[in-house]
Amino acid sequence: MLAPTTVVGASFAYLALLFAIAWWADRRALGGRSVIGNAWVYALSMGVYCTAWTYFGSVGRAAATGLWFLPIYLGPTLAMVLAWVVLRRMIRIARAYRITSIADFIASRYGKSPALAGLVTLIALVGVVPYVALQLKAVATGYALITGSDAVAEGTWLGDTTLYIALLLAGFTIAFGTRHLDSTERHEGMVVAIAAESVVKLLAFLAVGAFATWILFDGPADLFAQARAVPEISRLLQPQADFSGAQWFALLLLAMLSVVFLPRQFQVMVIENVDERHVRRAAWAFPAYLLLINVFVLPIAVAGLLHFGPGRSNPELFVLALPLAGDAPWLALTAFIGGLSAATGMVIVEAIAVSTMVCNDLVLPLLLRSAGLRAQKDLTSLILDIRRAVIVIVLLLGYVYFRVAGEAYALVSIGLISFAAVAQFAPVLLGGMFWKGGTHRGALAGLLAGAALWAYTLMLPSIAKSGWLSTDFIEHGLFGLAWLRPEQLFGLAGLDSLSHALFWSLLANASLYVVVSLARPPSAREVSQALLFVDVMQRTGGEGERHDGPVFWRGRARVADLQELVGRFLGTPRAQRLFDDYARRSGQSSAPQIVPDARLVQFVETQLAGAIGSASARVMVASVVEEEALDLDDVLRIVDEASQLRAYSRELEEKSLSLQRATAELREANEQLKSLDRLKDDFMSSVTHELRTPLTSIRALAELMVDDPAMPDGDRQRFLGIIVAETERLSRLVNQVLDMAKIESGNAQWHDSDVDMKALLEQAAQTVGEMLRERGAQLVLALPPGSVPTMRADGDRLMQVLMNLLGNAAKFVPAEGGRVDLRLVCDADGLTVEVQDNGPGVPPEQRALIFDKFRQGGDATNRPAGTGLGLHISRQIVEHFGGRMVLRPDVGQGACFAFTLPWRRDTRQSGPATAPAEPDRGDPR
Amino acid sequence: MTCKILIADDEPNILISLEYLMKREGYDVHVARDGQEALDVLRRERPRLVLLDVMMPKKTGFEVCQELRADEALKDTIVLMLTAKGRDADVAKGLALGASAYMTKPFSTKELVQGVRDLLGDAT
Repeated sequence: MLAPTTVVGASFAYLALLFAIAWWADRRALGGRSVIGNAWVYALSMGVYCTAWTYFGSVGRAAATGLWFLPIYLGPTLAMVLAWVVLRRMIRIARAYRITSIADFIASRYGKSPALAGLVTLIALVGVVPYVALQLKAVATGYALITGSDAVAEGTWLGDTTLYIALLLAGFTIAFGTRHLDSTERHEGMVVAIAAESVVKLLAFLAVGAFATWILFDGPADLFAQARAVPEISRLLQPQADFSGAQWFALLLLAMLSVVFLPRQFQVMVIENVDERHVRRAAWAFPAYLLLINVFVLPIAVAGLLHFGPGRSNPELFVLALPLAGDAPWLALTAFIGGLSAATGMVIVEAIAVSTMVCNDLVLPLLLRSAGLRAQKDLTSLILDIRRAVIVIVLLLGYVYFRVAGEAYALVSIGLISFAAVAQFAPVLLGGMFWKGGTHRGALAGLLAGAALWAYTLMLPSIAKSGWLSTDFIEHGLFGLAWLRPEQLFGLAGLDSLSHALFWSLLANASLYVVVSLARPPSAREVSQALLFVDVMQRTGGEGERHDGPVFWRGRARVADLQELVGRFLGTPRAQRLFDDYARRSGQSSAPQIVPDARLVQFVETQLAGAIGSASARVMVASVVEEEALDLDDVLRIVDEASQLRAYSRELEEKSLSLQRATAELREANEQLKSLDRLKDDFMSSVTHELRTPLTSIRALAELMVDDPAMPDGDRQRFLGIIVAETERLSRLVNQVLDMAKIESGNAQWHDSDVDMKALLEQAAQTVGEMLRERGAQLVLALPPGSVPTMRADGDRLMQVLMNLLGNAAKFVPAEGGRVDLRLVCDADGLTVEVQDNGPGVPPEQRALIFDKFRQGGDATNRPAGTGLGLHISRQIVEHFGGRMVLRPDVGQGACFAFTLPWRRDTRQSGPATAPAEPDRGDPR
Repeated sequence: MTCKILIADDEPNILISLEYLMKREGYDVHVARDGQEALDVLRRERPRLVLLDVMMPKKTGFEVCQELRADEALKDTIVLMLTAKGRDADVAKGLALGASAYMTKPFSTKELVQGVRDLLGDAT
């Protein structure tokens, strides 16, 4: 037993700590360093699914029916693992269209219908009240146990501590969630506090579990061994003989649906999500959390039964009773704080979610009907006050339910009744996300039918069984008709009440939804919303903030009116900021210059929807603009135009890209042409220079001889000799220039044959050898032994190359002891010919230029006869046959020119004038 | 009075013909085979006129002309540029650099002799 003051003090301290965490997180968010941009926080915040029910109810259920507590936690695990993509789609929709609650989601999908919003809100409210009652009951009974006070719910209502607990929780919730009006309906501080509280309750539960397993007993083996010894307990550990697959399935389905559709779950999973990529982490982290928190449920239940004996004490309170009995009061206090934490978390989030819904979708639409309110200047504080009032009301209703119906049922059943209520949202919401044919009427019909059947088969019986209504209708059916018995409707017997209720309500819900949707075609607004929702993944990117999609609105609006409207709900400074941002994004300099088109109206409506729900936002916007109603054709036309527009803009992008590429290519080609032009100019001027030089001496000398008949004979002979030589030089030059031009333009004639290289070299050696011997030099021929494969080439051209190289060598050998080596080497790829002389060699600065046109070796003083084109032409010829010609690096004295020829022409690299064997065909250059 | 003339050209045969021509006309002829040699001879012999080829090794005719005009002692030398390059741009460049006259190869011996006489005649 603990003193009440200790318990109360600890509770307050804990709640104050939670509040401090929330406040700190809000501060950081304002400073731009948000804490919830973290996937772990997101995943932990989902732990709000585990309420006081986890602490007390699941243990109680495990103690009564063994493994039957599991489906409640297996369901969410399955849902997360299998359907996290569905969750992500919901998040995308919610962010793109600024959905603020589950009622808003459904209403927005079906044409922003206020009726649907209201209906969903009512169902949510009614469904949530029992669950809130459950939390209050758990906290109250736990408190009673831990402080040893009397049983709860005694005495007058006003003297009941539970009432004050309820009011206290209401106060905390108001402080958490209604400090300001956010246009995204986010509550960062609350989310962080919830995540922290998930950790606390997990640790507390694990602590009690560890205590029960290892302190009260000697470990799990011992625990279960003792359990098997007791027959009543051992049967809990085995699969039931009367295993009801239907019941398991119903529970599983229920839990799967509730993990998303409970207002608090929808709030933390969808509305409070900041980054849809966090869903991936949560898809395994949340199931892991569930696993951890459930690991000790069965051990605690078994330990409690063993310790206290079966049927002796309330198994739902084992979590507290065991530590108390095991003389660990501080552990009991920790467990109580854990349970309190679980209850508080649930109440806060649920109450905030429900109050948002009630305010936006029940109260505000009614209030806005009055024109006076519509014209009121500042509505922010009004909205916040409405929400605060609703929070208090929700908690009070929970208390009332607790007093009225809480006694008859174990906590377990109350929770499941709530689950079944929110499960009615499933067909309408899931259908709305994937089926464009769902209509507003269909949704209304389905929801009404489902809710009615739920109320009749579950809710009313629970109230009746608590003694507030006569139980006649349960036994005999409504109006005495047996087939209207709420727990065996239409004669369906053999199911437990939950499965039965679930079956009928979901059946009626889904079938009416489909049938009524198909019966009447949807309105234009419904179609447009359906398109936006179902196609959301294609229409939006990751952030979902940009709207490239079609805008379904037509009419006239004024910027000033719209801005003022936004200011009334979000405050004037915020409105100014929003409009300035919008102006900047659309390329205007300031807000008044924004073009008031459909896109602006959509933007304004979305921003408002974040604060007051889409249905009310629709009403408000409609009141300040002049709209034209869209019919179905208009909607379809807008969609067509939008998709055409998208297609055009894509085409345009592609065209402009290809245009850019073409321009770049053109520019490159132009550059190439210009440089070729320059080369051609240079070449032309070089050729003309080279041609004019011998012409000059020919002319001058000839003129000298003509003018002076009395010129001495010696001079005359000398001059005539020079003239002849220059003429020869001139014709050689002309021939070479023509030759080179033909080769380079591909017009040269190549007469390929099978050339015997050895014979060719021998022939060349013979020709040049004579000339060399006259000059006192020798030619050394080095050929490989044996036969050499024939080379497919033009023999005359190759001879031309050889004569050129040998001629050059002969020009540069020294006067005494000159020597020229001619070598032939063959290998697998081809053959190599080397011409080595022992002359002065090529100076370093000329090595790179030697193959250029009109470049001659030696210096000006002993410029040998030559045109400067020979090497160039030789290299062209060699490259034509796929080979290469190089000046070997200096080794010792003299120059060594070498060329290679491959056996196979298709291994050649790209060389100029790669003319094919046929003549008179070449690539134009 | 015998005028001193320098003939600068890298082509030996052209040099032979020009030397013979100028000697026949009675001038005191010196020769140079590249740009550097031309400058050396210019500084040494201070001829009145130089027949300057453009395309020469070591220094081109344009460079020689530039250095000539920059040199106090030589700037009054008459320069007759001879070249196989006859483009308008080259002519303009030569004249801009200070050549007194410009002749393209192959030239007429008569015209060349007349040109030299005129240039020297003007000067005296």
